[in-house]
Amino acid sequence: MASLVTETPEKPSIMDILHDWVTTVDHKKIGIMYVLMAVFFLIVAGAEALLMRMQLIQPGMTIVKPDTFNQLFTMHGTTMVFFVGMPILIGVANFAVPLQIGARDMAFPRLNALGFWTTLFGGVLVYTSFATGGGPNFGWFAYAPLTEKTFNRGPAADFWAMGLIVSGIGTITAAVNFIATIMAMRAPGMTLRKVPFFTWTMLWTSVQILIAIPPLTVSLTMVVLDRQFGALFFDPQNGGSAYLWQHMFWFFGHPEVYILILPVFGMVSEVIPTFSRKVLFGYEFMAAATMAIVFISLGVWAHHMFAVGMSKTLDLFFAAATLLVSVPTGIKMFNWLATMYGGRIWFASPMLFATGFLSMFLIGGLTGIMLSAAPFDFQLSDSYFVVGHFHWVLIGGTVFGVFAGIHYWYPKATGRMLNERLAKWQFWLLIIGFAVTFGPMHLSGMLGMPRRIYTYEADRGWTFWNQLSTIGSLIQAPSYLIFAYNITVSLWKGERAGDNPWQAWTLEWATTSPPPSYNFEEIPTVRSRRPLWDLKHPDDPDWKYE
Amino acid sequence: MNFCFLLAARASTAENLSIFDPVSPPAQSIKSLAILVLAITGVIFIIVEGILVYAIWKFRKGKPTDDNEPAQVYGSTPIEIAWTAAPALICFVLMLAIARTLWEVNVDPQRPPAESQPVRVTTIGHQWWWEYRYELPDGTSFITANELHVPASNFSTPSERRPVYLTLQSADVCHSYWVPRLAGKMDLIPGRTNNLWFETAQTGLFLGQCAEFCGPQHAKMLLRVYVDTPEQYDKWLANEAKPAVDDAKVKEGRDLFLKLSCVSCHRIRGTSADGFYAPDLTHLMSRETLASGIVPNTREELRRWVQDPQKVKPGALMPAFGLSDRELDLVIDYLETLK
Repeated sequence: MASLVTETPEKPSIMDILHDWVTTVDHKKIGIMYVLMAVFFLIVAGAEALLMRMQLIQPGMTIVKPDTFNQLFTMHGTTMVFFVGMPILIGVANFAVPLQIGARDMAFPRLNALGFWTTLFGGVLVYTSFATGGGPNFGWFAYAPLTEKTFNRGPAADFWAMGLIVSGIGTITAAVNFIATIMAMRAPGMTLRKVPFFTWTMLWTSVQILIAIPPLTVSLTMVVLDRQFGALFFDPQNGGSAYLWQHMFWFFGHPEVYILILPVFGMVSEVIPTFSRKVLFGYEFMAAATMAIVFISLGVWAHHMFAVGMSKTLDLFFAAATLLVSVPTGIKMFNWLATMYGGRIWFASPMLFATGFLSMFLIGGLTGIMLSAAPFDFQLSDSYFVVGHFHWVLIGGTVFGVFAGIHYWYPKATGRMLNERLAKWQFWLLIIGFAVTFGPMHLSGMLGMPRRIYTYEADRGWTFWNQLSTIGSLIQAPSYLIFAYNITVSLWKGERAGDNPWQAWTLEWATTSPPPSYNFEEIPTVRSRRPLWDLKHPDDPDWKYE
Repeated sequence: MNFCFLLAARASTAENLSIFDPVSPPAQSIKSLAILVLAITGVIFIIVEGILVYAIWKFRKGKPTDDNEPAQVYGSTPIEIAWTAAPALICFVLMLAIARTLWEVNVDPQRPPAESQPVRVTTIGHQWWWEYRYELPDGTSFITANELHVPASNFSTPSERRPVYLTLQSADVCHSYWVPRLAGKMDLIPGRTNNLWFETAQTGLFLGQCAEFCGPQHAKMLLRVYVDTPEQYDKWLANEAKPAVDDAKVKEGRDLFLKLSCVSCHRIRGTSADGFYAPDLTHLMSRETLASGIVPNTREELRRWVQDPQKVKPGALMPAFGLSDRELDLVIDYLETLK
């Protein structure tokens, strides 16, 4: 029905836009929603952390009551692991993986949406506990029998367990979706040996999710059964076992931290080659190392239990397995360094964060080796040294790495560049702030300070280190706000990005920024791991050397 | 990380909880292992971080252009093998050191050193205090709370060695016994019995605290281990084993104590008070602190505690009993005689 007068399309209303996003099954939008959810919970959990640090700035502070402090560290840990860490990584992966493999969407778009909304709902459910008279107060690993009704009469433990069961469903569906997508929807010519490295790590992260999260769901169900249905799984006074909870939880808990780091290994394996202008050194060894990490990490969980009174043989086994996992991790470290070596490094913001990741994750990994020495762990377990270690790997590793990934793919997702000056401020405040926060904790731990205490005695020599940590947290905090500001304001003010602002080589950079809803005009056929390198260098393509 | 030695050296005995200032064999073994591990990881750090810094400095360039891409190096199998084998070797060496330390630290409490006089105490963790049940060589035992007394050991004379073996159990949730200068920690897990040992020639007070989150007052479940000379220890032991002092001057206070619900939880040996949920008070006045090490044992603090424990340790399982001032003073008068 042609008309002589050209009609301008109506601008969508706010309700239209909201409806579009709430009902979307487009992996790009779902990915963005995961990231936005994570950034929101990051600010909440960060506020919880700041309150704790203020409480600990000196001995005897009364900024929060003891039970409130205990709720704060429980919710801070739970939120960061389940509602920030995993969602932000799954979000970035959701956005990037289909584009990287030349697919039009994930294998199961509606399942994808279900996964996001269940994850979000799980988070809301856990936080609803605050409205019932107090949040959970037993630590994010909820050692039995503290979670039994005897020791925890209110409903917080039930909200916590059920919220995590629900969000666990979301996580599992995401893993199923990634595996199906990566296995079945790659562009023609892209064998499994030729997928971009981030896609490879997401495949294996998903395998790890499928192995690790169901045991958590089962354990949480057992807690609810104990509390509400008269079961006695974790009730030692009636034949149950507190020790069993620890094994079951950590069987999930250790692979969980690899779920939090493997995607980031993938992200920096995209950023470092692009910004060093060199192909990733040793792709096959990196890929094999990823698989090795997944398998070995399934056998190290009891290194969280060295002080529990296991036999010497068991202690030695878990110490040896933990040491073993450092070998493939080291291989990755060396391969990244070899990629940078001899390159022409461009320190745009993604590379800044990736380099920060390399230098910080090295330290976190080394303190992990210290902790794997079981007898050393007899002293350091449950001390602030451990708090320092895991924040070093989680922030130095996961956070720096995901910031590298977000700064890398933001232009693709939005068509705009992030502000480089703000990114530099964010980076330096973060790296200095986080080092000043968590460095001293290694010392206070070695000086005898246990974790999860709402205050400490003045005569133990810990005050100075705690003050440093609090100052560090005040330096770190603004960096997250700068990030939130940058990703918001750049939507309007950012420089237009173009298809390939980083001159990168994987398929996502072959389409527009942002991509159309169908991702690619035509699904390309690829011949190597870097299709765009091949296009640019037809005389010297990758597939000659791979 | 090695300037923690300096920190350790500067603090006095009561303040010092450094794992690098051990006074007992298990803590010393751990320190030796720690030094090895720190040295190895330190060297790895310097090398790898050094390479990173060098790469950043040497290869830093600006925005790329199409015509100046560097040589593309896809990999090198010999290098990969090298940097797999070297770390694996280091891990193997570490594993041997770990094994040796594990066997040094985890001894069999039923096989003390020949001719030694071991001290055996069953330690039961409660929310938020420590129960100590001394098992005497003659087969008898007595119970006390919160302040552990042990004799110093003479390592050079086998018959004067006094290793201390703690049998660790819990009455409620998981706790952990951590006095860093004496030993690594060991958890107290309900339904399980664990073991911890230490032995020291150094007299003095060694501090620690519960190291496994156990509920609202986990932060205030402090540990005080008094290492006495053998003579001091024998005196202390003999006194603790006796039933409570029966001072006629405080009869009214004692009768009041026995009438009130104090007796449902507390024990005072030699009286009808035989509760076991709360600390044994038989020799309350032999302790320097109250409420598991958090306040000094003075009349004022004791009175404050008995009047309303929630003001001293909110969440503690002892409620306020609404005693009048007069009742309070009578009870405190009585408790003060329990030396």
